Amino acid sequence: MNLERRPDPDALLAQVEAEERRRAQGKLKIFLGYAAGVGKTYSMLEAAHSRKAEGVDVVIAVVETHGRAETEALLQGIERVPPKQIEYRGVRLTEMDLDAVLARKPQLALVDEHAHTNTPGSRHVKRWQDIEELLNAGIDVYTTLNIQHLESFRDIIGQITGVVQRETVPDRVLDEAAEIEVVDLPPEELLLRLREGKVYIPEQAVRAMENFFESGNLIALREITLRRAADRVDEQMRSYLKTYQTPELWPVSERILVCISGAPGSERLIRTARRLAEETKAEWFALYVETPGDDKLTRQNRERIWEQLRVAESLGAKEVTTLAAASPVEAVLDYARERQITRIVAGRPLRPRWREWMRGSFIDQLLRRGKKIDVLVVSNEEEEIKKTRKTLRPLGPPGWRGYLIASFLVALTTGLSMLFSHLLDPTNLVMLYLLAVVIAALRLGFGPAVFSAVLSVVSFDFFFVSPYFSFAVEDTQYLITFGGLMFVGMLISTLVSRARSQAEALKTREGQTNTLYALSRELAAAVDLNGISKTVIHHVRGSTKGEVALFLPEGESVRPGATSGSFELSEKEISVALWTCRNGKAAGLGTETLSSSSFLYLPLATGGKTLGVLGVKPQNGAAAFSPETRRLLEAYANQAALAIERVNLARKAEQTQILQATEKLERALLNSISHDLRTPLSSIMGTLSSLREDPSFIKAESQMELLDLALEEASWMNRFISNLLNMTRLEAGALRIKREPHEVQDLIGSVLTSLEPRLRSREVKIQIPSSLPLVNIDPVLIGQVIMNLLDNSLKYSPPVTPLEIEAAVSDSWIEIRLSDQGPGVPEEHRQRIFDKFFRLPGTEGVRGTGLGLAISKGIVEAHQGRIWVENLPVRGAKFILALPTK
Amino acid sequence: MNDENLGKNATRILVVDDELAIQRYLKNALGAQGYFVQVAGNGKEGMNAALALRPDLIILDLGLPDMEGLEVLRRLREWTQTPILILSVRDREDEKVRALDNGADDYVTKPFGIGELLARMRVALRKSAPSSPEPVFKAEGLEVDFEHRRVAAQGEEVQLTPTEYDLLRLLVTHAGKVLTHNQILRQLWGPAYVEQPHLLRVNISNLRRKIEPEPSRPRYILTELGVGYRFKIVT
Repeated sequence: MNLERRPDPDALLAQVEAEERRRAQGKLKIFLGYAAGVGKTYSMLEAAHSRKAEGVDVVIAVVETHGRAETEALLQGIERVPPKQIEYRGVRLTEMDLDAVLARKPQLALVDEHAHTNTPGSRHVKRWQDIEELLNAGIDVYTTLNIQHLESFRDIIGQITGVVQRETVPDRVLDEAAEIEVVDLPPEELLLRLREGKVYIPEQAVRAMENFFESGNLIALREITLRRAADRVDEQMRSYLKTYQTPELWPVSERILVCISGAPGSERLIRTARRLAEETKAEWFALYVETPGDDKLTRQNRERIWEQLRVAESLGAKEVTTLAAASPVEAVLDYARERQITRIVAGRPLRPRWREWMRGSFIDQLLRRGKKIDVLVVSNEEEEIKKTRKTLRPLGPPGWRGYLIASFLVALTTGLSMLFSHLLDPTNLVMLYLLAVVIAALRLGFGPAVFSAVLSVVSFDFFFVSPYFSFAVEDTQYLITFGGLMFVGMLISTLVSRARSQAEALKTREGQTNTLYALSRELAAAVDLNGISKTVIHHVRGSTKGEVALFLPEGESVRPGATSGSFELSEKEISVALWTCRNGKAAGLGTETLSSSSFLYLPLATGGKTLGVLGVKPQNGAAAFSPETRRLLEAYANQAALAIERVNLARKAEQTQILQATEKLERALLNSISHDLRTPLSSIMGTLSSLREDPSFIKAESQMELLDLALEEASWMNRFISNLLNMTRLEAGALRIKREPHEVQDLIGSVLTSLEPRLRSREVKIQIPSSLPLVNIDPVLIGQVIMNLLDNSLKYSPPVTPLEIEAAVSDSWIEIRLSDQGPGVPEEHRQRIFDKFFRLPGTEGVRGTGLGLAISKGIVEAHQGRIWVENLPVRGAKFILALPTK
Repeated sequence: MNDENLGKNATRILVVDDELAIQRYLKNALGAQGYFVQVAGNGKEGMNAALALRPDLIILDLGLPDMEGLEVLRRLREWTQTPILILSVRDREDEKVRALDNGADDYVTKPFGIGELLARMRVALRKSAPSSPEPVFKAEGLEVDFEHRRVAAQGEEVQLTPTEYDLLRLLVTHAGKVLTHNQILRQLWGPAYVEQPHLLRVNISNLRRKIEPEPSRPRYILTELGVGYRFKIVT
């Protein structure tokens, strides 16, 4: 009984996500057939017509009729997007115009021949990639496909029919398609149609097709097709069940690992592994182990490895990994244990038999040491092994010099031996020769080592073996000596060579790691996008010695943020960068998309969002980057993406902080306004209402008093509102300052005039030298400042005490000093008194908002000036306002 | 009261302001002083009323709903020399200067006291009354003899440069009314010297030093920050 039917949350999430993606994406329907001529295009067109009748907006993006009249007839009635002409090697070819279809934005597009390869110069290498772009844009697509175009079937079908397809489509495309319709036709009928000439066969392929269209083949193909379609149903069923049932009900899943070696037959290995995984419903992994000698691999080999990794990924391996290790067997077994692999798929041994003799083959070691793991050996094609031989770099001085030195060594040894020949047994003299061989092996390389071994034996035989000074070998046991010397020589030189190349590989790797470390350290210190761009470009250029450009998104497009040199980026290059940014996938040189570009573009992406694009052009116009360099570049791109994200987040955090501060201020202001405006209003309303109530009741002088009070309150409110307004403008950075040269005297005079009534009872001493230079200020704002200061002095100092205003030049400042004889400002509050809403303790009785000085400070600082307060020796405060002389 | 005033051949004031409160207030306050007040709520109405009423003084608010106050001013000045006082808000000095340079006679900043408004109105109205300029101007401690070009401050004669004298005479002839920097510059130095306020500043400063008892607390020549200068009249 299934007591627990709790659905697996991860699987549920995956399904929901997949569904969501599917809904936003267009749906792909594949018309699948087992051979050319079964009628796929025809069925597709028929289906399109039904859709059109239902009201769906259908266009023909590209359809091949191959001259068949019945198919052509079906083309009528559906809008056709005109194809694009591309010129390639002097020939004009037509291809689907992808951009036109995207611009047209139909609901459904018909794209024939899923596996077609596009003409070089098109955006994508393969048509199935074009279709993916259409689907991503939300357009549904109908397409046609033959079974032999599927990547995983290429080999089997090649074996069956003798025709190997060059154009393939990755299996995942079929798996991800929303619908598959198998267009079936009994083989006999197909052959009939072939004979009637109704099946299209390109001229070149006629002979090959004869083999293809044999009844037996067709039957086999048909079976494969039908079975594959059935598999798909099975899989959909399985994934549905998986989300809604506990995994215990399922058989323990197998986990398969396939080892990629770079050998030409490995692709077959990979496909086998995949098929195996499908059949046993297992997950499968692909692993390549890089050994120290691998940097000497030929370019061809490296590209093959890269290609195989890519194939593994496209076929749907759960993980495709590259590890670096000295011992491949160790690395594979460690990985297998970590991932709980149950079965390893490996190829038949390639190395010459005698090597394996000594160390045991890769397979043997796997078997012996991987205890719980099955090993499945798959046969390979044997040709082309020769090409994979690694070329070891020679050690020691080049060419003949090594041999010369070797000869010299042997001669020296011979001389020495002669000296000691009466003291020592010949057996011991051999040791001296052995020493010579060892030295040669350590220092001179393989060739000279062998040479010195031979020469040593010859010398030894000649000089020290009877009959002396002759080459007759009476004692064949000296062959053993000979063998021994040779063996030692070769062994040591090989080991030395191996150790050196290992050390070098490690050094290279260390170099790369250091570069990455240096990059991440410098990126951590960068504070803005500019800094990041410069750092990244500097490092990438250092590593690749090529041209580098970093693109950042700007609106709908990208712009080159920084470049390594002053080179021009053509429109075309920028559009490739834009494509990379939009689609989050690598494009350009060495990729499958827009490969005619001279740059490789890598997206800088974190968490699914693309933050920029890194463009790199290899030095000397090389054709592509090696896999290691590519990996390094991707690591750089990752770092850069993280740094950019960090800068963006920091900026956002800053803005949030500013926003919070602004909100706090707004709240404080609202509080202040509400309280501080109500108070004078109540006086005014009180006065007015009492006068209105009974005008005759209040005496004339009292009336005047009340009215004066009300007027005063009203003036105060006016000033307060002005301050508030300036405060908010200042905070928002919207304070408009119109600076012009003004006289201080003018300024002060004007302020005093406006304060006239309140100053009547006071003595105001003014000391402003007539030679005082002009100050470059906004007169209204600085006037406000002086007004605020005077207002304070009037408020807080006793009514009959004098006020002093003086102005003077001090260094490069003009200082205006205002002194009163009030209580002064205590030391501890000298700074805080300029804070918003701060009031000196003990002054609550006096009307004030605590804004006057804050506003003044803001205005003064906006003029690049300073304002502060000092205490006078006897009593009182002195406020000093310093403005820069221009 | 308004209608009574009309009958008495009182001075006619046109108030162009969209705020009802101001309209009512001015009607009341000015009416109490014996003026006849007509109100208009927007620019178009204002211009039509000016044509129909032919007021002796126009009080024009710069913040009108349908047109720029400046535009109304310009259009009015195309056909009439009636004195115009503008109402403006605080911190809009540039607005005031532009209005004054475009033909307004004076300005009052909101919120304003009625005393200030009345004083400026009187000055503006006095100007429109044709009269021969008086030969001698007397203020508190200051005497200017136009005929003989002699100036005395606090009883003592002062020596002024020709420019300083012209400046003083200009201010005094327009006593009580504000003059913008540009207006003064244009009058004394010519239109090419507009936007060269330092010339003006130096002369004002020198003049103050010569005639003011306390140059730092000017009694006669008042600075209107950001706008211009005004010769104070003693009311």
